[in-house]
Amino acid sequence: MTRHARTALSATAFAILGSLAPLAGHAEWGNLNMPVGVTVLSKEIHALHMTIFWWCVAIGVFVFGWMIWSLVAFRKSQGAKPDTTMVHSTKAEIIWTVIPVVILVIMAVPAARTLIAIEDTRNTEISIKVTGQQWKWHYDYLGEDVKFFSSLARASDEARQLGSGVNPESVENYLLDVDNPLVVPEDTKVRLLLTAQDVIHAWWVPAFGMKKDAIPGNVNELWFKIDKGKTGLYRGQCAELCGRDHGFMPVVVKVVTKDEYRIWLAGQRAGTSTPSEASTELTADAAAAVAALPAAPRG
Amino acid sequence: MANSATHDHALDHHDHKPHGLKRWLYATNHKDIGTMYLVFACVMFFLGGTMALVIRAELFQPGLQFVDPGFYNSMTTMHALLMIFGAVMPAWTGLANWMVPMQVGAPDMALPRLNNFSFWLLPFAFTLLLLTLFVPGGAPAGGWTLYPPLSLQAGDSFPLTIFAIHLLGISSILGAINVVVTILNMRAPGMSLLNMPLFCWTWLITAYLLIAVMPVLAGAVTMLLTDYFFGTSFFAASGGGDPVMFQHIFWFFGHPEVYILILPAFGVVSEIIPTFSRKPLFGYESMVFATASIAFLSFIVWAHHMFTVGMPLAGQLFFMLSTMLIAVPTGVKVFNWCATMWKGSISFETPMLFAVAFLFLFTLGGLSGLMLAIVPADFQYHDSYFVVAHFHYVLVPGAIFAIMAGVYYWLPKWTGRMYNEKIGKLHFLLSTIGVNVLFFPQHFLGLAGMPRRIPDYSTQFADWNMVSSVGAFLFGVSQLLFVYVIWSAVRSGEKAAERPWEGAHGLEWQLPTPAPYHSWETPPSRPIISHGAML
Repeated sequence: MTRHARTALSATAFAILGSLAPLAGHAEWGNLNMPVGVTVLSKEIHALHMTIFWWCVAIGVFVFGWMIWSLVAFRKSQGAKPDTTMVHSTKAEIIWTVIPVVILVIMAVPAARTLIAIEDTRNTEISIKVTGQQWKWHYDYLGEDVKFFSSLARASDEARQLGSGVNPESVENYLLDVDNPLVVPEDTKVRLLLTAQDVIHAWWVPAFGMKKDAIPGNVNELWFKIDKGKTGLYRGQCAELCGRDHGFMPVVVKVVTKDEYRIWLAGQRAGTSTPSEASTELTADAAAAVAALPAAPRG
Repeated sequence: MANSATHDHALDHHDHKPHGLKRWLYATNHKDIGTMYLVFACVMFFLGGTMALVIRAELFQPGLQFVDPGFYNSMTTMHALLMIFGAVMPAWTGLANWMVPMQVGAPDMALPRLNNFSFWLLPFAFTLLLLTLFVPGGAPAGGWTLYPPLSLQAGDSFPLTIFAIHLLGISSILGAINVVVTILNMRAPGMSLLNMPLFCWTWLITAYLLIAVMPVLAGAVTMLLTDYFFGTSFFAASGGGDPVMFQHIFWFFGHPEVYILILPAFGVVSEIIPTFSRKPLFGYESMVFATASIAFLSFIVWAHHMFTVGMPLAGQLFFMLSTMLIAVPTGVKVFNWCATMWKGSISFETPMLFAVAFLFLFTLGGLSGLMLAIVPADFQYHDSYFVVAHFHYVLVPGAIFAIMAGVYYWLPKWTGRMYNEKIGKLHFLLSTIGVNVLFFPQHFLGLAGMPRRIPDYSTQFADWNMVSSVGAFLFGVSQLLFVYVIWSAVRSGEKAAERPWEGAHGLEWQLPTPAPYHSWETPPSRPIISHGAML
């Protein structure tokens, strides 16, 4: 089966399961499945998701089929007589213990393989320290002397106030837009070092395949390598409840070519664009605070 | 035959019970206390449900329409605390109070005064918890999981919440001890453990889980308390502590806790499906072993709630594999229920309808649980609406449908009156449609990238959120029917037959209808036990 056919099929399956298929005409109704994403890992993760999904569909067809069959075929109203001697069968019980175990092993092997790849943070080309704080992100390009805050874009921030009277539909990328996006080059292994100032946050861009918690006193790692040619803007959100404005702490990543990245970096160092003096000062404090923390001795 | 054994007792009725308020304040009778637990659970179910409707009203469309984001967070936190500790757990204890003595051939619970105390802790605990809605800083808003450092940012609600949780823990432990002692010591002579109805078995195992993990929760929240007031830094990185340690301790309680919510449901469904299939439960012993295995596994899977905190690879692999293993005993249970219906003679009264819906929808929640076990995929699912859909599928059409099925099933024996079957079926139909319209679209939302616990969302999520909210109001409003149908049955229902369900077996059905105040004053004779307990 081609991937398109599979995607189409899975979308259909989700829609049918929801018994809401007739509504699928509208553009946003079709937003039913995990994005395939634009990184090596996100594609592997999506493939795993689809594999386990199809196993669940298969199991579901069998189990629900069995239930529906029993409920229809053995109705008292149709004169069904109970077979009260049928109370135990060692053979059946062995079968329905062993088969699930086999399915689980079949699933566990590729899952473990992908997990090992996810944890392999060797040979990273760029390291960026990401610090979550209530309610914005701070990005520090390690060794490049480029650091800045990234917070909810003003248009969204105005529209999201209680009783603002602004229709969210009229705001472009409502709640998923920031002032200063994280800028990274395509086709480069980028490693994020995640930590937090105050409470736990989580950095999540669905198109990159994963999220990771940013925890005070800990440094977590996450890496991604965006496919060549997939430049553009990718959006996500803080995924760990972090207080009042948890819902207003988006992540936006601008993926550029390697050349554009170098130029952008040079421009930042020269101080020609956005990050202000004030934010750099705050950043120095944040960096000192994080540097002073003990290395995460977590098991 | 069965009735002649108990007939005389029914006539002497020396149920010296005080009347009026004293009957309830000083209650030591398992039925009175069971009733109080169930009524309390129902009140909490509606309060927690109202909070859920505040959440769904705010999420009906993008933008903030009704509440402040801080209050929204309080709603999600309080909704969870009320539903878990106020609705589902007390409902199970209420059903255990009613049914365990009746099913094992005992006159009452083993420790009636303790029973009174464990119930009466609840109203005080929830008064404290609900008071937080009115204190400076508002109700707790850091999620029911109380993760520090966020939970430590709470205002005056903090000590009230911690104290309420301590009281709830004590109440649960005392209730659990009572169930264990009753089941182990008060079974009628001749009723071996492997003769017990499955509801008693699942509750026995649940009770051990409660005794094992409620102290762990108490420890975790006490550490939070000392971090907040006494300058300790168990969970404060600045003092050498670790916020992640809280999550490990919390989920060591939390995962067994989810089985505490669902195991008694397995028991109820294992009573109802055989009754309405007119066929004994298939694979009774494997059901018991499966329940025990699930309980054992529940202690070694906790970290699957926190795959994104950054565990070592070996840890992630261990928790992935142990979590996947749970599918095996759970599968055994589902297959046994299917095999029980197979070649049966099935009729569809309200309890059976709810049990069948449980079977379908709990299995659906189990399958999404299997998906969540796959760690790399969980990095996408975690803390998204996919998780919200998953656990609501196992808790609402899982635990709550089973509670309702149990109430419909045993109500005629409790009250001697029958509920209105038509309204019962209507309640079932609206609830089942409502629950699916409510929770199924949340799978889509989560996969498309909507995080949980947010009061407002990007416009791409608008359509399915609207559907979900419509489902929520349908489900919420149809629960009023439940109260109505139970109330009208108790007040003015038709007189129930001695054996309202022809296929029902078990000692409780050998008692007269309504069941006498002191269930089995003399233990049932062996023929009754062998006739009743196992068919």
